[in-house]
Amino acid sequence: MAVVELEIPARPAYLSLVRLVVDAAVSSLAPNLGGARLDDLKLAVTEACSNAIEAHQSRVRVHEPVVVRCELDDQTVTVEVADRGGGFDPTHLATLPAATDPQRLRHESGLGIPLMRTLADELVFEQASDGTTVRLTVYRAGSVPGS
Amino acid sequence: MLRLWNFTFVGILDHGPTIAAAIRSNVSDAMQLRADVSSLDGWTVVSLFGELDVASAPNLREQLIQLVSQGSHLLVLDLEGLDFLDSTGLGAIISALKRARTNGGDLRLVCTQSRIRRLFEITALDKAFPLFTSLDAAVRA
Repeated sequence: MAVVELEIPARPAYLSLVRLVVDAAVSSLAPNLGGARLDDLKLAVTEACSNAIEAHQSRVRVHEPVVVRCELDDQTVTVEVADRGGGFDPTHLATLPAATDPQRLRHESGLGIPLMRTLADELVFEQASDGTTVRLTVYRAGSVPGS
Repeated sequence: MLRLWNFTFVGILDHGPTIAAAIRSNVSDAMQLRADVSSLDGWTVVSLFGELDVASAPNLREQLIQLVSQGSHLLVLDLEGLDFLDSTGLGAIISALKRARTNGGDLRLVCTQSRIRRLFEITALDKAFPLFTSLDAAVRA
């Protein structure tokens, strides 16, 4: 298994760098993931990092890093995003109206976690007393772990 | 393990040089968001280039608010030059749509890139925002 770990300040300007590192790690170490799935992974990781950065900023922990860890093995690519923003309950999210409901346009946010659930093959939230780790896994081409 | 902190390599082992080279080759101004404003058949066209995420969305949101407040109520957002779009960027687009419609106008999107269309399709917002395949199609619909 290969591991690539990145610590970034809790600032949005660093999200591009996170995507570059994920792209480079996958392209170098898991090239059979496929372009479309790599795009999905980068979007899901961006959503997780955005939430982590927001959590740090809301707890005035902007000087503490957000840690992004990529683990690549023969079957999967897993990215963990760990923050120290105090934690949250991923099951307590507002339900968005259907896209065709005019009320839907009142909601300009709240898509991040639903997106992660759709884009990743596996999604796990690990809560600690001082923060959250989001673990996103995508399967490499031809691999369904455990089968 | 490759560890990066504030763009400085703290320590590089095994796969580090390969990954570092790939990063350097991709770092460019394309990561920033650029918005070019033009007009077509009475519509204000905002062509976006680069990445639209939580870092760049606030500025775009303000730019679009300003356009609408200055009388540009018919807006076309050309997303063909976007390299990346996330949910925060989507929120800025929704905000602009609401403002345009509140002022009696509309906002239409031009998007053929599958990676960008996928976000609208996953969120089912392609039902709220028809995605046109060209500027001509968007202004003549």
